[in-house]
Amino acid sequence: MSHRKIALIGNPNTGKTSIFNHLTGLNQRVGNFPGVTVEKKNGHTTIPGGEVIEVIDLPGTYSIFPRSRDEQVVFQLLSQPSNEDYPELVLVVADASNLERNLLLFTQLQDLGLPLILVLTMADVALRKSFSIHIPSLKQRLHVPVVMVNGRTGEGIVELKETIAGYHRDRKSETQGADHLSELLANEQLQIQDTQKRYTKIREIIAEAKRDYPDIKTRSRTSAIDSILVHPVWGYAVFISILLIIFQAIFNFASIPMDWIDMGFNEISIWMQHALPAGPFTDLISQGIVPGIGGVVVFVPQILLLFLFLTLLEESGYMARVVFLMDKLVRPFGLNGKSVVPLMSSVACAIPGIMAARNISTWKDRIITIMVSPLMSCSARIPVYTLLIALVVPDKEVLGFFNLKGLVLFGLYSLGLVSALAVAWVMKLLLRESSRGYLLLELPTYQWPRWKSVFIVLWEKVRVFVWDAGKVIIAISVILWVLATYGPAESMQHAEDDIKATYTNTTSPQELDQKIAASKLEHSYIGILGRAIEPAIRPLGYDWKIGIALITSFAAREVFVGSMATIYSVGENFEEDHRLMDRLKEEKKADGSPVYTAATGISLMVFYVYAMQCMATLAVVKRETKTWKWPLIQVVYMGVLAYLASFVFYQILS
Amino acid sequence: MSMTRLSSFRPGNAGRVVEVQHSELCAKMTEMGLFRGKHVRVLFCAPFGGPMAIDVEGYVLSLRRDEADLVEVV
Repeated sequence: MSHRKIALIGNPNTGKTSIFNHLTGLNQRVGNFPGVTVEKKNGHTTIPGGEVIEVIDLPGTYSIFPRSRDEQVVFQLLSQPSNEDYPELVLVVADASNLERNLLLFTQLQDLGLPLILVLTMADVALRKSFSIHIPSLKQRLHVPVVMVNGRTGEGIVELKETIAGYHRDRKSETQGADHLSELLANEQLQIQDTQKRYTKIREIIAEAKRDYPDIKTRSRTSAIDSILVHPVWGYAVFISILLIIFQAIFNFASIPMDWIDMGFNEISIWMQHALPAGPFTDLISQGIVPGIGGVVVFVPQILLLFLFLTLLEESGYMARVVFLMDKLVRPFGLNGKSVVPLMSSVACAIPGIMAARNISTWKDRIITIMVSPLMSCSARIPVYTLLIALVVPDKEVLGFFNLKGLVLFGLYSLGLVSALAVAWVMKLLLRESSRGYLLLELPTYQWPRWKSVFIVLWEKVRVFVWDAGKVIIAISVILWVLATYGPAESMQHAEDDIKATYTNTTSPQELDQKIAASKLEHSYIGILGRAIEPAIRPLGYDWKIGIALITSFAAREVFVGSMATIYSVGENFEEDHRLMDRLKEEKKADGSPVYTAATGISLMVFYVYAMQCMATLAVVKRETKTWKWPLIQVVYMGVLAYLASFVFYQILS
Repeated sequence: MSMTRLSSFRPGNAGRVVEVQHSELCAKMTEMGLFRGKHVRVLFCAPFGGPMAIDVEGYVLSLRRDEADLVEVV
């Protein structure tokens, strides 16, 4: 059964979303408006009398005349009564502390002939600015119900629901204004004149409804905070400190639940192997699907923590100040002040970073940000870097106090950052956009975060990641598992028999199993692929075994260590027992020289700096850009960079 | 009083908007409440020639220098 629909609309930063959250709680979903990439949030609420109605949260907009794709959706929805989401009633959320600008949208909607309720928020902010709004006077002038709601405490929500339930459309209102507005749509000059006329009328209305309290003297809290947070020196110091705290938290705290998740899925996998009847189906579940799901879930703690911090900064109003401080510094690279947060987040993990790029309103800036974010060295590269640095970089002091290993690690991170900026600069030259980008951004009043909103945002981010990206990740894990498990039947059997014949009497059953697994991997389809690409990767200093590790870590970079362990048939916990390290050090080429020289090791690390080896990120890029075009370009350009850079490093160092 | 561009204002300077030069940003600025007759005051500027933050009769708007260049004030 379809419910009656109401829509929420308002300027950005009016507390519209917290009213939506108060109305719907967790009964909400995020989808898309048909045919466009604009996010559509809807949910359900029960009004007095027991009726359930559908609530649609429209993107924040300053005017009905569309200037962005988000605003286009708002206009189309509200100007076409035939639209399937056309609401019966519209709640216009307006900031009482800044009513003049907020009422502009209201008067435009009124001219479209829509039945309206005006919802006033931020009365507390108005009071701090020494005035209040007289509701009865506003009601009388605007001819609609007016309800005061506190977005933080939810005070007034009950009254709002009662007003919705008791709303009767005044049949007198006609839609002749709609024709007038659509005439203006094509002519910007007329729009400006129309807007100014509206403001004149609004000023008269406000003059009647505003009550000043000149004797209340409150020093503006926001400007006091801003004197530090946007200070030319302290502002940057505070920003850098906040970043350090966030990364410390992500690296230190998130790793604990991540280890639990990792172990938990390992246990489940082992348990299933024993509990289910042996056979290919069991193997598929225990070795393909369960680790695949584990590979998705393991990112949840990082995403959760990062978004907790980002949401707190956003809700408090600080994020707009970061944009303000950083805009000029990143502009030469084709980025926007709003790109800074996604890039910083990507040092933890590119997935939440790319999701955070949604706040960038200019299409070109947003695409560039999404495209370069995966070049920032993420936490999944850490195990790869750690293993290879331990293997090929000598423990040496440089200039007395720098450790060479640490310097190499720092160099890898810097290489990622510099490359991201360079690629952004190139893309700025290549991409065309008709409209020039602009900043024009409201710096909202500082507020304490609303915990309910924070909680709902976190829930939504995790849900979207687990479901949408999860599907793709699991599909690719299964494909990789099949390729690594199966090979031409005859040669797979040979592989097992040969090992058994050679080693049965000389090694323990456990080692024998590992040797068989290694030999099978070598003869599987992935092994064949590894050998096939060997000629292509030899100039980079790699052999076919590294080739296999490269192919398997297309799924996720951290798979590298596990693959190396399988290929060299040793336990994969290289930190505890040094067998993998020893084994790698002994590895010899045909001519007797070691495989893992400094040149090969550095070349391999450089490859991991650049290569797009994370299908979870690709799935998210596809989700965010709504087309496979951008993730494909990303795979290709990052792959080419990885190959060229590794080639150069290997040839210079060897 | 002579007319100047908003972009030449320093923090603390205040004035009244006389004209917003015609550009694709003009309509957007009007909708955000920045148009002829509005009283504005520069609150602070980002370093290195970054954006500036102005008070527009009760709310804070930030805009780049080249955007502020379109706004003429007395």
